[in-house]
Amino acid sequence: MTAVLPRQRRPKRFPVVKLPSWSWRVTWLYLGLVLFLPLGGMLLKAAGVGPSGFWEAATSPEAVATYKVSFGLAFLASIVNGVFGLVIAWALIRCRFPGQKLLDALIDLPFALPTAVAGLALTAVYSQEGWLGGPLYNLFGIKVAFTSLGVAIAMVFISLPFVVRTVEPVLRALEKEQEEAAWCLGASKGQTFWRVVLPQLTPAILAGVAQGYSRAVGEYGSVVMISSNVPFKDLITPTLIVQKLEEYDINGATVIGTVMLLFSLVSLLAINLIQVWGQRYQGN
Amino acid sequence: MAFVTPPLVDVQPPKWVKPSFGAKVKSATPGLIVVVACLYVAVVILLPAVSVVVQAFAKGVGPFLKNFESEDLRSALRLTLITACIAVPANTVFGLAAATAIARKKFKGKALLLSVIDLPFSISPVVVGLMLVLLYSPTHGLLAGVVNSLGWKIIFSTPGIVLATIIVTFPFMAREVIPLLEEEGWEQEEAAKTLGASDWQVFWKVTLPSVRWAALYGLILTTARALGEFGAVSVVSGNIASQTQTLPLFVEDAYKQYNTELAFGAALVLGGVAVVSLLLKLLVERLLEQDKNARSLESETL
Repeated sequence: MTAVLPRQRRPKRFPVVKLPSWSWRVTWLYLGLVLFLPLGGMLLKAAGVGPSGFWEAATSPEAVATYKVSFGLAFLASIVNGVFGLVIAWALIRCRFPGQKLLDALIDLPFALPTAVAGLALTAVYSQEGWLGGPLYNLFGIKVAFTSLGVAIAMVFISLPFVVRTVEPVLRALEKEQEEAAWCLGASKGQTFWRVVLPQLTPAILAGVAQGYSRAVGEYGSVVMISSNVPFKDLITPTLIVQKLEEYDINGATVIGTVMLLFSLVSLLAINLIQVWGQRYQGN
Repeated sequence: MAFVTPPLVDVQPPKWVKPSFGAKVKSATPGLIVVVACLYVAVVILLPAVSVVVQAFAKGVGPFLKNFESEDLRSALRLTLITACIAVPANTVFGLAAATAIARKKFKGKALLLSVIDLPFSISPVVVGLMLVLLYSPTHGLLAGVVNSLGWKIIFSTPGIVLATIIVTFPFMAREVIPLLEEEGWEQEEAAKTLGASDWQVFWKVTLPSVRWAALYGLILTTARALGEFGAVSVVSGNIASQTQTLPLFVEDAYKQYNTELAFGAALVLGGVAVVSLLLKLLVERLLEQDKNARSLESETL
């Protein structure tokens, strides 16, 4: 059918080949069953709670305490990774040193390692008998595992790759000529970095920080193992949802789950906006 | 009067001039960056990873191997493999279908659709599990009536675990393949089509071979995540040992029950899978790169 169109009637930009329609149908059917149905189900349930009930459950002191832990510590972790991610990306792209390949491969480990294994490993290292937890406790009296500091470290672990991987391609594409030009015009190394290099990297850094933040807020597996899961102390929001489900407080779980869902929608939007903003530089 | 430009000579200070303090700091900066980067990664990533290996073999190889006699561990391993064997092919089909359907089409809301496909990456896995419970739970799910009348068991059972794994891993494939298809034109498919190939033939013989490495890359990421998913699965599984416990759930449960050796044994298995997936990923990345270079050469000669 499709191939017999007379040649002059063929639209300019569209090829003769039509997309196989089955792929379109499979995509929507699959998305519908696997994503839209569960999403719609939860939103419907949340709507059934009613606005006043929703507000009450979403802002209960217990829930607000977990928001503070989750969103606050994730912010801290993603800022730390923003700084060190830039340093690591710089080392990977601009420096040559032995073991570089290994460093590069290690960066991806938090993506590849199952979160339960990450949690187990971090708990082992930072518990009071652990390799780092022991000295930290004995020398400085700092407890890491089973406190909010441990939660922050787990968040740092799982969100480390994001900034490195978003900054790397931008840094690689950066033209050395610009830095040379700045240097020729009398800029110092510091000025060149702050005024020429950093502004171009900022969108990538922000995108990486936002992705890492979003991931750290939603993280469950590794945090639940290193945290003591005590309410008002180091209980994170995802764990609160699990606890509410276990207590058959379905409405409470639904409401807090919906809050988390809204947060991830907002962060997805923010990340997209940052990326659009970042493309301004690539366009020039 | 002619200006004679002097030849450019790299002027170096004489050897006896000692570099000033400022120059020393400057030349030390790259070294400092490397040291900081390596130290940070060593403390944050390498040390925990090494500790799993050390703890797993803390009592030697014999006791480590003995872990695998545990019936709970074996059944957890079995369930994990079964789950991956269903979720990965299903997501591969979806990923390829979505890529061929979306990549070369221009339509309103394409960016939105792509973001929606990415959604499982930004939702907390716990929320994914929660959504499934709210839908299929036999007591308070929205579809409880349907599920009960059909006699299905979804939550606290294998279908729920498989579904949760599917939701969490489905974006990988589409995400890897779509950019590659977008970059390539339609010419090859067009040629095949005008030579009389059917849709299926075009897909199998032209489209799929052209994205094979990207698809393989997506497949590796999907498999690694499917084997290791914890949050979403833990919410829907009910965590019953020997029945609905996957390997990652087993790791956590064993650790909580103070079966430290079992926990680290199972963790080492999962960690080994992760390392293998990383190595495969590196290999495929290299193949992808070669493929890209070959293509750009081809287009230059044309």
